[in-house]
Amino acid sequence: MDLITPGSGLIFWQLFGFLGLLFILIKFAWKPMLAALEERESSIENALKAAESARNEMANLKADNEKLLAEARLERDVILRKAQEASVKMIEDAKNDALKVTAQQIENAKAVIETEKKAALTEVKNQVAILTLEVAEKLLRKNLTDQKAQKALVDEFIKDIKLN
Amino acid sequence: MTRKLLALSLLLSVFTLIFSNSTLAAGSDEDKTSFIMHHVVDSHEWHFVTFGDTHVTLPLPVIVYSADRGLEFFKSSDFQNHETHKFGKEYAYEGYFIDDHDHLGRVDGASFIDFSITKNVVMMFIVLFLVAYLALSAANHYKKNGPVAPKGAAAILEPIIIFVRDEIAQKSIGPKYKKFVPYLITLFLFVWFGNLLGLIPGAANMTGNIAVTMVLAVLTFIITNVNGNKEYWKHIFMTPGVPPLMLLIIVPVEIIGLFTKPFALMVRLFVAITAGHIVILGFIALAFIFESITIGVVSTVMVTFINIIELLVATIQAYVFTLFSAMYIGSAVAEHAHDDHH
Repeated sequence: MDLITPGSGLIFWQLFGFLGLLFILIKFAWKPMLAALEERESSIENALKAAESARNEMANLKADNEKLLAEARLERDVILRKAQEASVKMIEDAKNDALKVTAQQIENAKAVIETEKKAALTEVKNQVAILTLEVAEKLLRKNLTDQKAQKALVDEFIKDIKLN
Repeated sequence: MTRKLLALSLLLSVFTLIFSNSTLAAGSDEDKTSFIMHHVVDSHEWHFVTFGDTHVTLPLPVIVYSADRGLEFFKSSDFQNHETHKFGKEYAYEGYFIDDHDHLGRVDGASFIDFSITKNVVMMFIVLFLVAYLALSAANHYKKNGPVAPKGAAAILEPIIIFVRDEIAQKSIGPKYKKFVPYLITLFLFVWFGNLLGLIPGAANMTGNIAVTMVLAVLTFIITNVNGNKEYWKHIFMTPGVPPLMLLIIVPVEIIGLFTKPFALMVRLFVAITAGHIVILGFIALAFIFESITIGVVSTVMVTFINIIELLVATIQAYVFTLFSAMYIGSAVAEHAHDDHH
């Protein structure tokens, strides 16, 4: 057969053979395969996108967490400072109160002492008055009996007083 | 990879030598080279090897259609001398004969059409079945497992499919590429397998046959022009930016251009593959013409080297054929400005 003259039989068989192959493969091979490939490619792309968005979300969450933590820290500091202030104030107040109470008590004690002193003095005065009255009475009685004796008695009494 | 390629080439070379030696054992220098053309062109029988007088041949069906006698079936061995296994006008059978150039003829000279299952037709069917088997088993994988990672035939085909889809179709055709991907994949696989199997010694030079490349080129031509959009046709018959008088020259040139594209496709593949086969067989023939062991060793080395190149050429030509088909289709469906073409 010739090199550059196409043979009729070969053209015929090649045409129908190749077209047959083409139709069979398009229907049963390439369409399902290309569809499967596309499906897989899109699923991979989606998975990548999902991973990306998950990563972004994670980053956001982390940022949020950090923000919350910072806020919590700030709040804690405020609370601590307030508590400290409160405790200092309480101690101060307690001190002041104690001082006041003590002063009051001292005041009261002083007043009691004064009262007691006055009472004691009154007692002494009363005793002195009674004694004086008793001396006067005895003196009067002796005086009534004897001059001499009276005078001795007075002396005696005076001696007693002196002794006392 | 390189080692495997080398080993494969050497294997091919050794087998080529084994398959060709006995046809060359005797005769004139012309006889010693005639086997080259005999291998390169199509044949009504599939001759593998000859040991002395024993011909290892696969007789093939001869199918003839003629207006007066209808469809007739023979086998190629009907037209041979049973002793020498040679075709010739003198061995006519039922009014037909195959001459010594492997042409089917009719004794009474009436017209007929030869639909024989020739060597290349058988080779084409082998390639068709291989491609179909591979593709269908790959598709089966997806059908069974859904869109998962490829395995087996799918793992072999998937990179090719993705390559044809993304690198050839998408880049050359543009946004409307999807419709043409199945055709381009089939084309690539058919040409590639044809080229590779053609390198096996004893195989037929199927993709290096002009009838085969012509059919493929014509299919691309049809697909291109059926899908041609308004701009494509406008570009041919009312080429923009050209003065009306010049159109008288430009339009015929553009119309010729329509046909030169598939013609170039047809000739490129035919020449590249046939030339490769001729070079390989030429080197082998050298050894028998000089009848020298030294030349034989050199020939073998050279044939190995050419085989390496041929393995690459087989792939490159399949790629180029597919790429150019895609580019022609792309030029017909593109919607961008015409300036891109000038």
